[in-house]
Amino acid sequence: MRSATLKIAFLLAFALGWLYATPVSAQQPTPSDNQVNAVAHELYCPVCENIPLDVCSTQACAQWRDLIRQKLAAGWSTQKIDDYFAAQYGERVLAVPPLQRSFNQLLPGLIGAGILAGVGLVFWTLRGSLRSVFVKTPESTPPPPPPTVDAELLDRVEKDLRQRT
Amino acid sequence: MIAELGFGILVIAFAVAVYSAAAAIYGGLRNQPAWAESARYGMLLTWPLITLAALSLISLLLTGHYEVEYVYNVTSNSMPTYLKITALWGGQSGSLVFWSWLMSAFASAVTLRKWDRDREFLPWVIAVSSITLAFFLGLIIFSQNPFVRIWVTPSGQQLLSMVQPAGASLAVVADGLGLNPLLRHPGMIFHPPMLYLGFVSFVIPYAFAIAALVTGRTDDRWIRITRRWTLVAWLFLSIGLFLGMRWAYDVLGWGGFWGWDAVEVAALMPWLAGTAFVHSVMIQEKRGMMKRWNMVLIILTYDLVIYGTFLTRSGVLSSVHAFAQSSIGPVFFAFIGITFGISLGLLLYRWPELKSEMQMTSVLSREALFLLNNLLFMALLVVCFWGVNFPLLSELFTGQKVTVGPPFYTSATGPLWAGLLLLMGVAPLSAWGRSTVKTLGKAIWKPFAASLVVLAAVIAAGTREVSALIGFWLVSYVILVTLYEYLRGAWARHRRAGENLLLALWRLIGRNRRRYGGYFIHLGVVLAALGVIGMQFFQTNTQGSIPVGSSLQLDGYTITYRSLAIFDTPDGRNVARAVVDVYKNGAFLAELYPRRDYYYASQQPMTIPGVRSSLGGDIYVDLVDWQPITTEGATFKIYHNPLINWLWIGGLTFVLGALIAAWPDGEKAPAPSEAPAKEAALPGKA
Repeated sequence: MRSATLKIAFLLAFALGWLYATPVSAQQPTPSDNQVNAVAHELYCPVCENIPLDVCSTQACAQWRDLIRQKLAAGWSTQKIDDYFAAQYGERVLAVPPLQRSFNQLLPGLIGAGILAGVGLVFWTLRGSLRSVFVKTPESTPPPPPPTVDAELLDRVEKDLRQRT
Repeated sequence: MIAELGFGILVIAFAVAVYSAAAAIYGGLRNQPAWAESARYGMLLTWPLITLAALSLISLLLTGHYEVEYVYNVTSNSMPTYLKITALWGGQSGSLVFWSWLMSAFASAVTLRKWDRDREFLPWVIAVSSITLAFFLGLIIFSQNPFVRIWVTPSGQQLLSMVQPAGASLAVVADGLGLNPLLRHPGMIFHPPMLYLGFVSFVIPYAFAIAALVTGRTDDRWIRITRRWTLVAWLFLSIGLFLGMRWAYDVLGWGGFWGWDAVEVAALMPWLAGTAFVHSVMIQEKRGMMKRWNMVLIILTYDLVIYGTFLTRSGVLSSVHAFAQSSIGPVFFAFIGITFGISLGLLLYRWPELKSEMQMTSVLSREALFLLNNLLFMALLVVCFWGVNFPLLSELFTGQKVTVGPPFYTSATGPLWAGLLLLMGVAPLSAWGRSTVKTLGKAIWKPFAASLVVLAAVIAAGTREVSALIGFWLVSYVILVTLYEYLRGAWARHRRAGENLLLALWRLIGRNRRRYGGYFIHLGVVLAALGVIGMQFFQTNTQGSIPVGSSLQLDGYTITYRSLAIFDTPDGRNVARAVVDVYKNGAFLAELYPRRDYYYASQQPMTIPGVRSSLGGDIYVDLVDWQPITTEGATFKIYHNPLINWLWIGGLTFVLGALIAAWPDGEKAPAPSEAPAKEAALPGKA
């Protein structure tokens, strides 16, 4: 009898424990909209062109956002989710595809090199006259007497006016 | 009947344009003015003809002739009259008619000018304009006919044809699909016409450039004639781009204004080349330099206009394979290739005659800084060209299409835009011909020192993001330099003539509209840059599902959900409209109505945000989702867009500046022989 009572008490305790435990697991915080959007922002709608997944209003994209939520809830990393979508729908869904990522890393260097080349071109064009940047005027062309700022400006404005009238 | 009339008139217009081109070329080659004059009359005839064709189409749109396929696709009974008219450019074939109408208007206008001093240009300007017009009219007639009708055979099969197929009768259609919901916005009513105006008006300076190359008259006369055309073209293109940004911000519901979408980039590319050209022609006018480069730039601008139209009209952006299937893709491609090849050939033929008349003498001279400005614009163009074409190349060679989006463009173009801003703060203070570190430093140091004070204030206010600090410094520096230039000029007049400062400023601007209008444009650009910096570095957003009465928080703002209503409208929409209140630190600011419209006919949803605007920024609320049964819960996405309104203020300032710069000032153009006698290098002379 006592043993039966113990068994019933044990079963009740187990059942209560299970009931208590179940809602707790159901109430695990699901990923928030902001977390889902952070991942979705790095993906593009596979149907609509050039629209990030986080702002696309089609039904398909709403379903894909739900899918992201499920994957995040299952503990997937952003990279793994990106890879999953790329495998499913092709690399066009990635905001920054791998090839472009490599290119982006090179980009600052390329731009810097381009600008340097451009500046170099200007300097090469002007190679004979670089001294004039620091030396006011070569002796062969005597400079006009240095005017005061106001007089110089007046001269400029008045010359403009004469030209235009 | 109206459809046949409209199509017939288009065919006549096409024939006239072809005749005009042929007569102009013959007259030019044989030096026979009578043929050139005949070509001119032909050109003038195209405008009334295409006007009649466009009016025919508008009449069909207004009267609901849904048996015409184009009318069926872009209008419906419930659409208001003004939208039925603007549906003229709401679809591909109609927009090509509109493009051609604008082209013929501009080409006709240019033929009406006095040609006394430039008669040798006339046949070649007409030839280029007519060939461009004939190309677009040909596209309409042979491939994109907006007058095609829907026919039904006795077996019930539907056919599309201009003429009646044997045994078929016209389809009886009670209502159309209606205009794409995204296009039912004031910004979209004016955005395409402005872009098209910009595109077609760039054809005119290109036509003069080609005329100069053909005739060998390679002085800067062609540039002086087209100066105002170029500015007007550039103004329209700029307005078109700004309106497009506003439309995207108001209608697309993603909280931004520029997504580096391929269509946007296609419109930006001619603007970049055109902006470089607008700056570069000044060097030729003032110093007789960069003649070859100016030719290259205007050829590039023209072909980028056609290329942009090709990208957006051929379907190639959807898939590179759509290009081959598209009836207009290969034709466009061939036209671009031919015009580019011929232009380049002419340029190489005249290469020796386009030698600079003067040498650059200083790396800090204004022409050297303008050259650097051009290099930066070209770098931007290369980035955009690469970005818009890379997905096509990738698909072509690997079969795998990739997306080139904002991450690429922002990292690639950011430093280049910053470089251009810096030049805006230096070039206006440098002199043509010669500048030294000392003279430039003397002109710069005051605004530079003041800008450092502004930078210190921004740091003290808590900004730590280095890129944002650089941006804020550049903006403040350029604003100070520009204001300083205005003030110096006005002060000089005030001292000399005793005018009060406001009058002196007014007269100063009136006397040299080009320079001071240009400064206004610079002001507009930096104000717009302020908006871009705010969005790029400080935009925040949050999303959440909340029941009625609950709130979401963002950056000190509280957005409280009050109610939701779902209803049908007489124009065929199902509207879900929420009411939310916006509070800042507990104080009520505004009531907003974010909504989602669903268009039954086209089965398209559209998100209309609720926006509370101030100079500090916008609170932008999207209704993302809602519970359809209980209407008790809804999902909102909220954006805080700091400084965004400075973008629109900058846009307005920009347009005002361009209007000032382009306004006729009664300036007498110097005779061609005077032009190369370039002006003395006075400090700060523009």
